[in-house]
Amino acid sequence: MHELAITQSVTEAIVERTGDAEVRAVRLVIGRLSGVVADSVRFCFDLVTAGTPLADAVLTIDEPAGQARCGGCGATFDADDILPRCSCGCVDVAVTGGDDLRIVSVSVVQAAEAADVPQGRGTF
Amino acid sequence: MCDTCGCADPAGPVRLTAFRMARDEKAAGHDDAGPIGHAPADGDGDGDGDGDGGARTMALEQAILARNDDLAAASRARIATRGILAVNLMSSPGAGKTTLLERTVRDLAPGHRVAVVEGDQESVRDAERIRSAGVPVVQINTGRGCHLDAAMVDQALRALGPEPGTMVFVENVGNLVCPALFDLGETARVVLVSVTEGEDKPVKYPHMFARADLVVLTKCDLLPYLGLERDRLIAGIRRVNPGAEVMELSGLHRTETDRPASSAEPGTGLSGWYAWLRHRHGAQLANAGRQVGGV
Repeated sequence: MHELAITQSVTEAIVERTGDAEVRAVRLVIGRLSGVVADSVRFCFDLVTAGTPLADAVLTIDEPAGQARCGGCGATFDADDILPRCSCGCVDVAVTGGDDLRIVSVSVVQAAEAADVPQGRGTF
Repeated sequence: MCDTCGCADPAGPVRLTAFRMARDEKAAGHDDAGPIGHAPADGDGDGDGDGDGGARTMALEQAILARNDDLAAASRARIATRGILAVNLMSSPGAGKTTLLERTVRDLAPGHRVAVVEGDQESVRDAERIRSAGVPVVQINTGRGCHLDAAMVDQALRALGPEPGTMVFVENVGNLVCPALFDLGETARVVLVSVTEGEDKPVKYPHMFARADLVVLTKCDLLPYLGLERDRLIAGIRRVNPGAEVMELSGLHRTETDRPASSAEPGTGLSGWYAWLRHRHGAQLANAGRQVGGV
């Protein structure tokens, strides 16, 4: 259950880039062979981001399938785990994708704009 | 908060305890505790920022573990220029990491500079065991954290201050899952698996074994009493990591009085372990372009 530490890393890395700006949305890539469980990151996200500029941000996680290439027949195919077996029976298979762990993008509101929002609502 | 393995409560600060040779010193632990609180469970929206009036999308495109990996790279560079060998020892709890380290430091410390970083959730028990074997040690207590990361090890190394040419052993938290993902800046990754754990550990926990430089089978003296198929265990390691070296160790539990004075008596496999360490250490020294320590 290293996903809590992973989620903290995500939060820290984003705050480092966006400062106090309110973050409305976060998009991550967590490959299916990365060793990180995307559902666990979703579970941790609200806990970790509470009280930070990411609080209440919408989290989207893309989970690309694993990719593998057979060293025997050269076929490329989707891999469900990091020990895939080629349909030709060969286990000399290299994982070539699906192990990404990336922060793709965030959606931010500049600090000044964010501060305007409650003021506007207050005068309504 | 983690009901899987009870790890990584962000409210639980990491603590560092240094055991120096001259005198024991307490080093302040870093506290990377993040905020914790309750918020509505959600997190599967479209996340594209549409309808978030005033929000703009910023492309970040950075690795989630970039900070850890940058710190690890910096540690690795400092270690390399000082001719230090840093070995990250990983295994499930009870595979024999501390027992191997006790034997190793007792046998090597007379001729080599040796230092140890111990990682556990709680207690300084392991550090005391290593300290009594006669080498400087820093204990990292991760609280509820389930692995060491590059920041913890960086801080521990600064507290330890190993001299050039030192062999530094980093004993990770006993866990076959989480430590696999975190680069600590080590020179080599060693995974221990005891034969009492069964044949299937490598294929059940492939991330851990996939990046090991060396896999050490421990407690091999128990093989006659177990139904374990040793060849299947080794085949599993080869399947996950064809490039890993594999070594077998036995009888490390024997006490000083039970065993001969020789540092690597026949039957333990320790001579191979020490040869492997000396080889890796020699390579680090050669790379550093200096000849320090008594190799």
